[in-house]
Amino acid sequence: MSQDILVAGNIEVAFGGGRRLFGSARPEVKVLRGVSVRIGRGETVGIVGESGSGKTTLGRALLRLVDVATGRIVFDGADITHISETEMRPLRRRMQLIFQDPMASLNPRHTIRRIVTEPMRFHGVAKDSADAETRVLEIFERFSLAVACLDRYPHELSGGQRQRIGIARVALLAPDFVLADEIVSGLDVSTQAQALNLLKGLSRDLGLSMAFISHDLSVIRAVCDRVYVLNAGEVVEEGACEALFANPRHPYTRALIDAIPLPRVDPNWLGRAAATEILA
Amino acid sequence: MSLAVLAISGLGVVSDRDATPILRDISLRVASGETLGLVGESGAGKSTIGKAILGILPRTVQVTSGEIRFEGRDLLTFPAAARRRLISERVALIPQDPMTALNPGRRIEGQLTDGLRLWRGLDAQAARHIALRLLAEVHIRDPERVLRSFPHQLSGGMRQRVLIAAAFALEPTLIIADEPTTALDVTVQKQILRLIRNMQHAHGTAVIFVSHDLGVVAQICDHVTLLYAGRIVEQGATAEMLEAPKHAYTRALIEACPRYDRPDAGLRPVPEEILAQLRAEAAAP
Repeated sequence: MSQDILVAGNIEVAFGGGRRLFGSARPEVKVLRGVSVRIGRGETVGIVGESGSGKTTLGRALLRLVDVATGRIVFDGADITHISETEMRPLRRRMQLIFQDPMASLNPRHTIRRIVTEPMRFHGVAKDSADAETRVLEIFERFSLAVACLDRYPHELSGGQRQRIGIARVALLAPDFVLADEIVSGLDVSTQAQALNLLKGLSRDLGLSMAFISHDLSVIRAVCDRVYVLNAGEVVEEGACEALFANPRHPYTRALIDAIPLPRVDPNWLGRAAATEILA
Repeated sequence: MSLAVLAISGLGVVSDRDATPILRDISLRVASGETLGLVGESGAGKSTIGKAILGILPRTVQVTSGEIRFEGRDLLTFPAAARRRLISERVALIPQDPMTALNPGRRIEGQLTDGLRLWRGLDAQAARHIALRLLAEVHIRDPERVLRSFPHQLSGGMRQRVLIAAAFALEPTLIIADEPTTALDVTVQKQILRLIRNMQHAHGTAVIFVSHDLGVVAQICDHVTLLYAGRIVEQGATAEMLEAPKHAYTRALIEACPRYDRPDAGLRPVPEEILAQLRAEAAAP
């Protein structure tokens, strides 16, 4: 058994291409240009970059939600790069995704109970509805979500509660790997801290492996063991969080770190222009 | 202390439907060239204060007490038309989401020159001239092209620059920036913050900066007013408040911020007792 749960080797993803209606070639846009990442068992790996860097595409490629042009994706020792959707299905429970916007990812017409129990029934995680209910109550307790929430609809909950529901729904499936894509970007700091602590607890207690996509290096620093810095579809730097933050080598990484405003007054911060900063 | 451009005192706003207080006893002031941060979690009432100043509160809420003095005159006692005129000419808003603030069906030129033509009575040629100068001032390299563009043809950072240019077009004395950088990448955010700061210094504008990000506030605001549930929790000079917060909530909020420089600190959610206490105070008559 390999030590890594998920390995992507030199993957490329391009959008567009092909021909227009009357045969002229459409330009192809390379979103990922030979990216290699690995996620160890029980490890939380950060993927950081700005909009357009390809971080979301990378996440989707890891879950086989977009097809790669070249490269290889290996999940738990098995090559999944080109397997069919039918062959993927048994793996879907084991590789889960927490979405950025819980309001958009929870069905507004379903009660929270249905939202959290249905995937368990679908994947055959719970034996019957009583078993499902017991598991739900357990996780609600752990996430300090009121049981009364179960009969509510997504719009009746706060953003923080919705995000915790999104995390609970995934945790209930006991996956091996979770991809969390910008899951705290719209939240207040206190709610954000709460959600991040929950995730940290889960990865610690359940030995969950996680890829954590964010544009915020402070958040990455708080939850990840290792980090990949993505810029224009390429990994420009990677390493253990501690080392990378202590001694960022790539100018882009340095720019990203320095762009984060800390909650203390730094009279020089605004004036400090990063070497890579370019005018629009 | 220099004369306040804006001084709010004892402002109270309630909801029409069930008389729930939305803002209670809000007092704050901001002087020329100064930046005041309005900070709080969602629902704290920070945007409502901005709307009260601009006179664009929803019809379902009422101002019940207090005054909003702008350049010495109480806006709340102004006749509606005169107030609108005064606000349009002297106060500008930099909104959070540049995509929704710009009309997707009009070119930038029209949107940038409307105010100049309407309020300054400039002709198209003169207004265009000023628009080009403003775009250059916000470091847009090819202002001619941007004027011809539609909003969707510009990046998020570019759109926000256009809106900053638009905000400064009429040389307002007060700018309300409502979370102007939350939708942007961190490196772009930094450029935009620097731009707002430089423009403000060059023009001597007072800025009310609405934000939920204490990090941003620390770098750009001279003073901070922290709100919770429509009430002021603490206010003061930024450095003092961040280094020696007086209120437990302020301290807790600072502790909740993730910090790359101190990975073992931060990420502590605000304790429920503190929030319960604040809610109880807010509910008290």
